[in-house]
Amino acid sequence: MLMPAEGVFSLIWVLIALPLAGAAILLFGGRRTNSWGPYLGVLTVTASAVLGWIMLVAMMGNAPEERTFDQTLFSWVFAGSFQADMAFQLDQLSMVFVLLITTVGALIHVYSLGYMAHDPDRRKFFGYLNLFVGAMLILVLANNYLLLYVGWEGVGLASYLLIGFWQFKHSAAAAAKKAFIINRVGDVGLSLAIMLMFVTFGSVSFQDVFGAADQASEGTLNAIGLLLLLAAAGKSAQFPLQAWLLDAMEGPTPVSALIHAATMVTAGVYLIARSNAIFDIATIAATAVVVVGLITVFMGAIIGSAKDDIKKSLAGSTMSQIGYMVTAAGLGPIGYVFAIFHLLTHGVFKAGLFLGAGSVMHGMNDNVDMRRYGALRTVMFITFITFAAGWLAILGIPPFSGFWSKDELIHAAFEQSMITGWLLIIAAGITGFYMTRMFIMTFLGKARWEDDAHPHESPKVMTIPLIILAIGSTFMGLALLFWGNIETWLEPVVGFEKGESPLPTWATIALSLLAVGIGVLVAYLMYQRRQIPVEAPRGSWLTRAAREELYGNQVNDVLVVQPTYYASRWLVWFDNKGVDGFVNGSAAFIGGLSGRLRRYQTGFARSYALSMVGGAVLVVLALVLVRAS
Amino acid sequence: MSTFPWLTTLMVVPLVGSVIVALLPRGRGALAKQVALLFSLVTLGLTVAMALQFSADSAERFQFAESHPWIPAFGISYSVGVDGIGLVLVALAATLVPVVILAGWNDVDEESRGSIKGYFALILVLETLMIGVFVATDVFLFYVFFEVMLIPVYFMIGRYGGVQRSYAAVKFLLYSLVGGLFMLASLIGLYVVSAQITGTGTFDFLALAGLDIDPDVQKLLFLGFFFAFAVKAPLWPFHTWLPDAAAESKPGTSVLLIGVLDKVGTFGMIRYCLEIFPAASVFYAPIVIGLALVGIFYGAFVALSQKDMKRLFAYSSMSHFGFITLGIFVFTTTGQSGSVVYMVAHGLSTAALFLTAGFLIQRHHGSSQIDDYAGVNKAAPVLAGFFLLAALSSLALPGLVSFVGEFLVLLGAFERYMWVGAVATLGIVITAAYVLRLYQRSMTGPLKPELEGMSDLRGREVTALVPIAVLTIVLGLYPAPLLNVINPAVDKVMTSVGQTDPAPTIRSAGLPTEGAEQ
Repeated sequence: MLMPAEGVFSLIWVLIALPLAGAAILLFGGRRTNSWGPYLGVLTVTASAVLGWIMLVAMMGNAPEERTFDQTLFSWVFAGSFQADMAFQLDQLSMVFVLLITTVGALIHVYSLGYMAHDPDRRKFFGYLNLFVGAMLILVLANNYLLLYVGWEGVGLASYLLIGFWQFKHSAAAAAKKAFIINRVGDVGLSLAIMLMFVTFGSVSFQDVFGAADQASEGTLNAIGLLLLLAAAGKSAQFPLQAWLLDAMEGPTPVSALIHAATMVTAGVYLIARSNAIFDIATIAATAVVVVGLITVFMGAIIGSAKDDIKKSLAGSTMSQIGYMVTAAGLGPIGYVFAIFHLLTHGVFKAGLFLGAGSVMHGMNDNVDMRRYGALRTVMFITFITFAAGWLAILGIPPFSGFWSKDELIHAAFEQSMITGWLLIIAAGITGFYMTRMFIMTFLGKARWEDDAHPHESPKVMTIPLIILAIGSTFMGLALLFWGNIETWLEPVVGFEKGESPLPTWATIALSLLAVGIGVLVAYLMYQRRQIPVEAPRGSWLTRAAREELYGNQVNDVLVVQPTYYASRWLVWFDNKGVDGFVNGSAAFIGGLSGRLRRYQTGFARSYALSMVGGAVLVVLALVLVRAS
Repeated sequence: MSTFPWLTTLMVVPLVGSVIVALLPRGRGALAKQVALLFSLVTLGLTVAMALQFSADSAERFQFAESHPWIPAFGISYSVGVDGIGLVLVALAATLVPVVILAGWNDVDEESRGSIKGYFALILVLETLMIGVFVATDVFLFYVFFEVMLIPVYFMIGRYGGVQRSYAAVKFLLYSLVGGLFMLASLIGLYVVSAQITGTGTFDFLALAGLDIDPDVQKLLFLGFFFAFAVKAPLWPFHTWLPDAAAESKPGTSVLLIGVLDKVGTFGMIRYCLEIFPAASVFYAPIVIGLALVGIFYGAFVALSQKDMKRLFAYSSMSHFGFITLGIFVFTTTGQSGSVVYMVAHGLSTAALFLTAGFLIQRHHGSSQIDDYAGVNKAAPVLAGFFLLAALSSLALPGLVSFVGEFLVLLGAFERYMWVGAVATLGIVITAAYVLRLYQRSMTGPLKPELEGMSDLRGREVTALVPIAVLTIVLGLYPAPLLNVINPAVDKVMTSVGQTDPAPTIRSAGLPTEGAEQ
């Protein structure tokens, strides 16, 4: 049931307006906001977070079926029978996203005060971060797909601006452009899905589309589902649109934590879970979601295992973990809640891991090569401990938060298919390997620092967010499952079914822990027991392929980029020689003619005036003749 | 309804301004600019005052209508009036003229070939004619404005343009004249037909639109009008004059030419082709849609490899005109409303692109070669910021006004022909590619040593760009002021063409739709 947005819920729009106002003031205010701008940026997001928590408390006071609040501001785009409002919907699903975005967002804003302290453009940085938070809130609070698209593209813009934040570097500017263009391919999917919804249902609001989904043909719903999957693949860096995420690590590390790990890249999962009414019927599309998710789980994990760049390894891990969520979302009502559950725990522990990596880089002259790290536990204890919490969480070691979400997710996968379940267990083993490899290479073993490196712990403004996120990485899973009852909380929005599992719960737990244990052991034997060379060894063919990100860029280049530029250059030639050449050829003919005429004239303007007069005479003559007839 | 002759006043004010500017003594350049700016601002103020009195849901086809006999012997009258479509285009023209005057403040100096006052007088004359062409409700009067408009533009390119100015100006003129000749032929034919049907020939638009012309005759007469319009809002393959004109013109000339004047083409299609020749429009629609699709991709692909930014903007405009034409000829309310919004949005984004690029080019020896720039963001962040906003507006970022237009156009196409809409949507990827490639190459990376010390935008330049930026964002988030007046006008066009929107599939399958109540 839709509730009117009264009381504290009349402030839904304020959640969005605060960070957007911050962005506007910082970006349009110019240099005069340099000194206090960053603090305003922190303040607006923190205020949104506080408001969000107040709304959570208020929402919990309502009965489960009375927790969907609708706030319509005005008619936005309308023509013919099409209508999309500037309207927001806050329900249990968007509520958890609001809290994730604003709370993790606020922590990352605070952290950035320290991390970006010496950057001359840090006002812009906070402006862009505010813009991102505002756009991401539009994305999760929109009550219709067209407005969701505004948030969707808004976060894409913020991501573009922040990946390219150090745009004096060619690599950063190129990475930003690449991210935007690959995401545009996904946008084609979202655009077409919205159009197909309108053509089918006569509306693009969640309420109307979901309410009438069972009346549309399965073929149409499958088409909509596949188009939404294309959109999700772009935003969430899923196969085959994954190639931008690793390059996106060109952005400052807080950006990688907030946008390219915790929030924006999970928007694809949100889109699928939100559209559950469609995917529940569109079985082909749902199967495609699982397949895409599974492929990406392995791609990301394999890439993450081979990269020596700590941020790129974490980015591979993010791809892989989002692959888990996408897989779960494709399972249908048995999986949605766990997709979101894992999304929330991952959002916290991966943000912590990225910020930890940032803290390490901060102390190591921005070096990202893990082969030049080692033994950092001795000099940055807080970073070490908090990173360890994230490491144990992503491994899924009880009682850390990833254990609860990943275990439930894998169990749900077994409920649908043995193959999916086993694949996810194997992937858990690879996760154990690459995360342990990263942990050992960074914090344990011997120091392999470069001569001018003087690692030190980061200032409090950075370590306190790390500590808070580490606490979240430790306890959040337990809290959400047992205190927050995440399944019953989300059930009214995304539905929830318990399926029949061929394996008992204890068995899936044991199997995944065993797989993780093997992964950890292999990493221990390879990296703790042996000397880590400063120069990367050549490695097996798989290692080399993984370092090359499984040739995703090469494939795009050969299949898309090169043909596009080839076609473009050919058309330029054609336009000059063909179309224009033909026209100029005839013009030259006329020109020759007029050259002869010009002997009797002086200057073009005069002949033009003459021809005007001549033309006018002709018109009058013609009209007279017509009347006479 | 007041009887104040709003539209005539709107045309007279800039004309008077133009005469005053032209009569000023030589050497009083500064005064000429101030007078020109003043008159354009007065015109803008009057336009706003008029727009506020426009009644969106009036039953009348044209508001603020005036009619005076001109050449009664041939049924020609001075008749003007606006519907919502005409209104927003007049408003666009009235908004962009003061912006262009302010932005082009120093584009012409005492060393230029033409005089300072000449340039600004021409701009004001052009404003009169641009308003005239959108408000004429007598087809002959429209034709006169349509043709006379060429003269000031010809001089603005040919006298104040770049190195190849006369080539570009003559090419522009020849193309337009040839197009205009075809229209003239059709116009005379139309008069003959009206004389045959009603006994007395007329050029009155409403009378002509109400005629029941034989479809075969329509097919013939349609072509003359359409050809003139297809040259103006260049459709492939009638576009080759545009890159040359854009490359050789002053930025202000380009803005008025591509941003406003070329809209006469798409405006003419929706007003004249569709309403006077409905049967022919439906008949030719597949061909026009085909040309529009070719234009969308042809323009975008050619833009992708351009080395000159002005030419890039020209090809990008060609691609955008493809979208606009597509929206008109799919005969859906969404498509046509989208096209009109897109006309306004394209006017704004063209202005932002050409003016910002103009400011940039002025700072570096007049070079418009993309490779002559790199890392400008470092030296001139405000300029780079406006450049980025213009680029985003050009790629129709959701939240900006161009998105409203583009999405409605694509939706309208999709409603009618699913595959046409789907193919056209692919255009958004390639648009992003060429727009962001331009930004990346010119604004990012290490600053070119020769650009060291380049100054950022100054107060006057920022003042010229701010209104465009504000409109682009505000109308993107709140497009109601546009849609409220455009939608009823489009409804009337749809009715007079005899077209209706396709119904949603679940409703047309006869199933109940009120499943939304839960």
